[in-house]
Amino acid sequence: MTTAAPVKTQYEAVIGLETHCQLKTDTKIFCNCSTEFGTPPNTNVCPICMGMPGVLPVLNQRVLEYAVKAGLALNCQIAPYSKFDRKQYFYPDLPKNYQISQYDLPIAEHGWLEVDVEDKDGTLVRKRIGITRLHMEEDAGKLVHGGSDRLSGSTHSLVDYNRTGVPLVEIVSEPDMRSGQEAAEYAQELRRILRYLGVSDGNMQEGSLRCDVNISVRPVGQEEFGTKVEIKNMNSFNAIERAINYEIERQIEAIESGERILQETRLWEEGSQRTISMRIKEGSSDYRYFPEPDLGPIEVTAEQLEEWRSQLPELPAKKRERYQSELGLSAYDARVLTDDRAIAEYFEAATAAKANPKLAANWIMGDISAYLNEKRLSITEIPLQPETLAELVELIESNTISNKIGKDILPELLVNGGSAKKLVESKGLTQISDTGALEAAIDAVIAANPDELAKYRGGKTKLLGFFVGQVMKQTGGRADPKLTNQLLTQKLNG
Amino acid sequence: MIDREQVQKVAHLARLNLTSEEETQFTGQLSDILEYFEQLSELDTSEVAPTTRAIDMSNVSRPDQLQPCEDREIILESAPDRDGEFFKVPKIVNAE
Ligand SMILES: [Zn+2]
Repeated sequence: MTTAAPVKTQYEAVIGLETHCQLKTDTKIFCNCSTEFGTPPNTNVCPICMGMPGVLPVLNQRVLEYAVKAGLALNCQIAPYSKFDRKQYFYPDLPKNYQISQYDLPIAEHGWLEVDVEDKDGTLVRKRIGITRLHMEEDAGKLVHGGSDRLSGSTHSLVDYNRTGVPLVEIVSEPDMRSGQEAAEYAQELRRILRYLGVSDGNMQEGSLRCDVNISVRPVGQEEFGTKVEIKNMNSFNAIERAINYEIERQIEAIESGERILQETRLWEEGSQRTISMRIKEGSSDYRYFPEPDLGPIEVTAEQLEEWRSQLPELPAKKRERYQSELGLSAYDARVLTDDRAIAEYFEAATAAKANPKLAANWIMGDISAYLNEKRLSITEIPLQPETLAELVELIESNTISNKIGKDILPELLVNGGSAKKLVESKGLTQISDTGALEAAIDAVIAANPDELAKYRGGKTKLLGFFVGQVMKQTGGRADPKLTNQLLTQKLNG
Repeated sequence: MIDREQVQKVAHLARLNLTSEEETQFTGQLSDILEYFEQLSELDTSEVAPTTRAIDMSNVSRPDQLQPCEDREIILESAPDRDGEFFKVPKIVNAE
């Protein structure tokens, strides 16, 4: 008797992200303290951010502006009337025992962004991911380390409140993602948009961008969600992807073996590449939100909204689209060039100076990026101006210099800037494309190498490369390679 | 108005340890307070839009201008405990 193998249940993951992003302001959200990262402990503190009795927090205008711009860039509806609320919880990184946040009237809601994800066949598929809401809030301080008492173990923690009151936006996505890759793409696009806007530097290592993941699994076809688990502590996009993939496997295994998934918070452990439970007691988080009595409501007028909207830069998705449709770049090139706004603007300045887009793209993504990485420089910090790159590209395109000479003079242009044309002229590097001049050089080379000529004519045609090399040497690399090849072949065979 | 269980929950959220006598006392007192406020329900507010405040003002804000606080030492000194330039707090066992 044969038994049919049981049909294996297919599962799918349901993933949403909560992203906390520090806004790049000079001062904190409700007081005039500095937001600078890495200053000595408790130097950027004042009675307001320390929550002393009787102080009055006042909203930083730039925080509102940045939050609204982020909301607009994420296709959100901006609330015409918004307010702050107190979120109560007890943790020593919070000097007031409450965090000023936004609860039921966030500044922005109902947005989306789009990402391109690879499907099973490796083709890119566009996917829209909903943004539930974006709200403003203050960051908490930092527990530095537990002091240890040799007799009784650690007895206390030390707190640095410099980060307390640094402005954040929290961006909550819809549970629209289905894989670690989608979540990582979403987080990267979100970071890119915020950086384009100039509202955040999105540095995950320094903690100015922090992603928490909500994830559950369910059998494919099931309507209702499985039990949701929160994962924290990922400090790279790659870690987000790996933590999610680990958690999907863990949850499926648990369900298959009849275990119950606990609604809990788990921490991603980079060292062991797994998630571990934080064991938070149930029923402890009841934040008892209520309207913040110290801060008035916010009303964004239609005029203000339009002014901020008009200041938005062209966003990465739009640039990617345009680079392909208008400039004929590949999807890959468009993606690489638009990853960083400064690079994209450099590229655009070069094409505005009439550089061939594809050639300019190659130079930027190749030799120039390699130099920037090596020297740890930003593209705005090098003397090589985009107009000079356009000149260089033009010199090569018009056959005035060879690509090889272009590469040779690039280091000097990167360091000293100036005109590519003048440099080529002053160094006498103009390509020799004159038949007469080239023939003279070729004749001299052939005359100087009779043995090789004999071998070549005897059938060892691979020696063509040797002769090309000799002509290049003779002309200081300035011989037009195509023409040299053509003339040499004629003469050698002649 | 409010029962003992609610008082226990609120006490837990506020990290207060109440004795059984205190629970009884506060259950009564809190109910009295809430009942007092309940008098406001006599008013017909069906035509009044909800508000979170009594004073009509909005958009109170300040420019993003740095003005460091000079009183660091006073702030550190006013904490119950410090360790050099850090505030010192009891060890946290978990995020409860
Ligand atoms: Zn402050």
